[in-house]
Amino acid sequence: MSASLPAGHARPLVVLRNVSKEFSTGTLALTGLSLQVERGEFVSLLGPSGCGKSTALRIIAGLGEVTAGRIDWPSSRLDARGRPDGDISFVFQDPTLLPWKNVFENVYLPLKLRHVGRDEAREAVMETLTTVGLQDFARAYPRELSGGMKMRVSIARALVTKPKLMLMDEPFAALDEITRQKLNDDVLRLWHETGFTAIFVTHSVVESAYLSNRIVVMKARPGRVHDDFALQTSAVRDADYRTSEEFRQACERVSHALAGAMGATGDHG
Amino acid sequence: MTEPTPAPDLSPAARLRRHALRETALQIALPVGLIALIIGAWQAAVMVWQIPAYILPGPNLVAKAMVDDWGILFAALLVTAKIMLVSLLLALVGGVGFAVFLIQSRWIEVTFYPIAVILQVTPIVAIAPLILIYTPTTQVALLICAFLVAFFPILSNMVQGLKSVDHNLLNLFDLYGASRWQRLWQLQLPAALPYFMTGLRIGGGLALIAAVVAEFAAGSAGAGSGLAFRLLEAQYRLHIPRLFAALLLLSALGVAIFAVTSFISWLSLHRWHESSLKREN
Repeated sequence: MSASLPAGHARPLVVLRNVSKEFSTGTLALTGLSLQVERGEFVSLLGPSGCGKSTALRIIAGLGEVTAGRIDWPSSRLDARGRPDGDISFVFQDPTLLPWKNVFENVYLPLKLRHVGRDEAREAVMETLTTVGLQDFARAYPRELSGGMKMRVSIARALVTKPKLMLMDEPFAALDEITRQKLNDDVLRLWHETGFTAIFVTHSVVESAYLSNRIVVMKARPGRVHDDFALQTSAVRDADYRTSEEFRQACERVSHALAGAMGATGDHG
Repeated sequence: MTEPTPAPDLSPAARLRRHALRETALQIALPVGLIALIIGAWQAAVMVWQIPAYILPGPNLVAKAMVDDWGILFAALLVTAKIMLVSLLLALVGGVGFAVFLIQSRWIEVTFYPIAVILQVTPIVAIAPLILIYTPTTQVALLICAFLVAFFPILSNMVQGLKSVDHNLLNLFDLYGASRWQRLWQLQLPAALPYFMTGLRIGGGLALIAAVVAEFAAGSAGAGSGLAFRLLEAQYRLHIPRLFAALLLLSALGVAIFAVTSFISWLSLHRWHESSLKREN
C-alpha cells in the first residue's frame, strides 16, 4: 500500500493508523485500516457492502470513536474535541435536509450553528447556492424540489463552510443515472474550483473511475484495504472522456481490483 | 345524463377554480343538510308520537331552554371552558417539559417513565375523590383531574417525536459541534412538531372529557359549577330541555377545541409536513 499521489504538499491531510472499529453489537467493521490522504486528492473508497467503507468515513468525520488505532491530522489545527477545526463536511446518502426550513435556511445551518449572523452569512450562502445552480430556489422548501435538487442543496450545505475535506457517503446512489452523471460533473467542477480534498464512498465502478484520481478498494468481513492505486489522466473528465478508451481501461482496472476484493472473501453479495 | 358544457370563454384555470368553489360549497352544504334533516326528524317524531317533554323534548323546547336559561348555562360554559383550556395549557407545558427531560438520558427515562404510565392508566374517576380531599377548592381538583388526563398523550407523543429525529441529522449537528441547546431548539423540537400536534389534538379532546367526568365525580355546586353539574342538576329536576341545552353546549365546546387545535396543527405544518399536504397527481 502506498500513498500514490506525487504530493505537492509536504504534510498529508489525514492519516489513519491501524484503525479498528467494533460496534457494540460485536460486529467488527474495520480492522487494521491504514490510509493516508494527501491534500487535494479525490479518493474513492470502493468495495462490496459490509466492507466498512461508510464506517471508515464516519470515523474520519469524528462520528463515533475508534476501538483501536488513531487518526492524525498533520496539517490542521485541532479543536477541543481533537478534530480539525471546522474543516470537515459530510454529504450523506440521503439529502438529510431540515424539511421545515427552506433552501436558504438549510444551507445557512452550519454557519448558524457556529453563531454566524444571518445577514453576515447571506452572501456566502447565496454564493454557494449559485455554484450548485440553485440561486433561484432559496425560498423553496425541500419537498418542492426533485431528488437531484435536494442533493444539490445538501452539497451546498457542505460547501458553505469552505471545508478542506469533503466526505461523501454514496451521495448519488439513490438518483437516476442522468441526474447522477450531472451531479458527478458538478462535484468534479467544484473540486477543481474550490480545491477541497474529497473522500468519496461508492459501490459504483464507473462512478469511482470517473471521479477519482485515487482508488482504495476495500474487502469485507472484517473491513480492510485490499488495493490502493492512482488513476491519473491528462484528459479532461467530461462527456467525451466517458466514451474514451482511456476511461474504459480505467473502469476495467477498477473492476478487476473490486473482483479481487470480493473473491478474496468468497462473498459476491 | 348530460354534463353541462362549460362556457367556451372559460380558461382551464378558471374552470378549475369554479370546480374548487363548487366542491367547497358541497363540503359545507352536505353536513349542514344532514344535521337539519336529523333535527327535522326529531321534531317530527316528538310531534307524531306525542312524546312528553320530560322524556324527549323537541328541538323547539331545547332552543327555548337555551334562551331562557342562557344566564346559568353560559356561566357554566365559561367555567368548563376555563378548566379545559387551563388544564390543556398546563398539560402542554408539563408534557413537553417532561418529555424533554426524559430524553436527556436513557436512565432518566427508565426511572421516570413508569410513574407517568401509572398516573395515566389509573382511572381518573377513581382518584377524583382523593384529589378533592387534598385540594382547597373543587375548581382546583377539576383542573388537576383534567390535567392528568390530557398530560399523557402529549407526553408520549412528544417523547416519540423527540426520539424519531433522523440519525444523520443528529450526526450533522454533531459534526458542526452543535450544543445540546442548539440540537434541542433547532432539530429535536421542530422535528417533533407533527407528534406534538397529534398530542395536542388528542389532549384537547381529553381535557374536555376529563373536565366533565371529574365534575360528575366531584360534584360541584353554586356559582362555580360547570356544564356537567348543570346537566346533572337538570336531570334531577326533570328539566330535560335544559339538560339537552347543556349537552349541546358541551358538543359545541368539543367541536370548538377540535377546530382550534386542528387549525393550529395545519398552520404550523402545512408548509412542510406530508400530513398537511394535498396529494397532487
